[in-house]
Amino acid sequence: MKTILDKQQLHLTILRLAQQLLENSVDLNDIVFIGIQPRGVQVGAKLMDCITQLSPGTKPQYGILDITFYRDDVRDELHVANTTDIPFSIEGKKVILIDDVLYTGRTIRAALDAIQDFGRPQKIELCVLVDRRFNRELPIQPDYCGKAIDSMISQKVKVEWDKEAVVLY
Amino acid sequence: MQLSTKHLLGIKDLSREDISLILSTATQFKEVLQRPVKKVPSLRDVTIVNLFYENSTRTRISFELAEKRLGADTINFSASASSVSKGETLLDTVNNILSMKVDMVVMRHSASGAPHFLAKHIPAAIINAGDGINEHPTQALLDALSITEKLGNLEGKKVVLVGDIMHSRVALSNIYLLNKMGAEVMVAGPPTLIPKYIEEALHVKVEYNIKRALEWCDVANVLRIQLERQNQVLFSSLREYNLAYGVSRTLLDGLKKEILIMHPGPINRGVEIDSDVADGNQSIILQQVENGVAVRMAALYLLAGKKPD
Repeated sequence: MKTILDKQQLHLTILRLAQQLLENSVDLNDIVFIGIQPRGVQVGAKLMDCITQLSPGTKPQYGILDITFYRDDVRDELHVANTTDIPFSIEGKKVILIDDVLYTGRTIRAALDAIQDFGRPQKIELCVLVDRRFNRELPIQPDYCGKAIDSMISQKVKVEWDKEAVVLY
Repeated sequence: MQLSTKHLLGIKDLSREDISLILSTATQFKEVLQRPVKKVPSLRDVTIVNLFYENSTRTRISFELAEKRLGADTINFSASASSVSKGETLLDTVNNILSMKVDMVVMRHSASGAPHFLAKHIPAAIINAGDGINEHPTQALLDALSITEKLGNLEGKKVVLVGDIMHSRVALSNIYLLNKMGAEVMVAGPPTLIPKYIEEALHVKVEYNIKRALEWCDVANVLRIQLERQNQVLFSSLREYNLAYGVSRTLLDGLKKEILIMHPGPINRGVEIDSDVADGNQSIILQQVENGVAVRMAALYLLAGKKPD
């Protein structure tokens, strides 16, 4: 087991991602943030806290999206669906998808399909906490990346929120 | 997590966990139905045949919509406009349809047990959309979802099924489901329409007085008088039935609390339920229909997710 990000590094990484997101936004009203179920939701919530702290008085639009029904392996094993809650329109907005670990890219592929059933966004970007390079199965890359790592297929990367650390094992 | 059965033939075969899984999945599909694009691609590689050997409006439209909202291909079959009238057997008809690469069968039949028979002989997953006087599982599931939405959960809730218990598959499926989920069930109606020994056999309360039944319950599920299944006189006239067992405004206004009014449809207005009750603010009849699509999507999704043995 190897720690990729400890508590302090994790905090700094999320803070940096929030700053980068703010840096690239002209008007927060034109941006919507979407956390991908199940594990992108926590990253999203932390990022929203940071954005609110960094620019007081703003309230970023944050929704959660479940991609179960859009998976390409729906028939291989049964996946139980989680809640989707997008209580605003994404029509013409810049959508930023948020997930914890980018690996094969299949979840993001499903999320791209799913989000477009809610309207036609002006642009979609991807923000991930950890990018596992070299194991991509689809041509998908992050626009915002907390930490890029090289790992083997046999290894697992996990964000442990109770210990506030990212570990590789 | 997945369903413990390969087919949905009746609530009788489902476990409590199965029912909870279907209901929670249905809740997620309800959200899908609120989206600008009310469709997901989960079953786009699946073809489903709707075999209706008996007339239906709601169930058939509801299943067809559910299948289309899941991206499945659908074929509709009604016995009256088919080779059934030329004398083809049920098994032959279904095998011919399946040889055209159909994956799932939704079936309604006037003979109790028809889908169970089919399940023994064909490899495809079968969903029972009503078989004779036996079961109508998706109706009980959508009733459960409707009650849960209004009252929070089913545990300890008092539900009375009013009317033609004898000929109602909705009643039997509801009794199984409500008992499994910990609700208290009562059946109410004229003695001729309530089977003997139902109290012991299915663990329900029996009440022959409609006013006392309504005073007891939180929810009244009013069933249609199934004239097409009655081949003998079980009550003297529809008018008399309405006077003795019809749910009327006066009856509801005389109760101490507001109860929920449900009906599986089609309604015989002025027979088992009066118009001002069916259209009143205690009635959740149209919400039941809305929930039907989500529940059927959940059942189709969960069964299609199972690989054949």
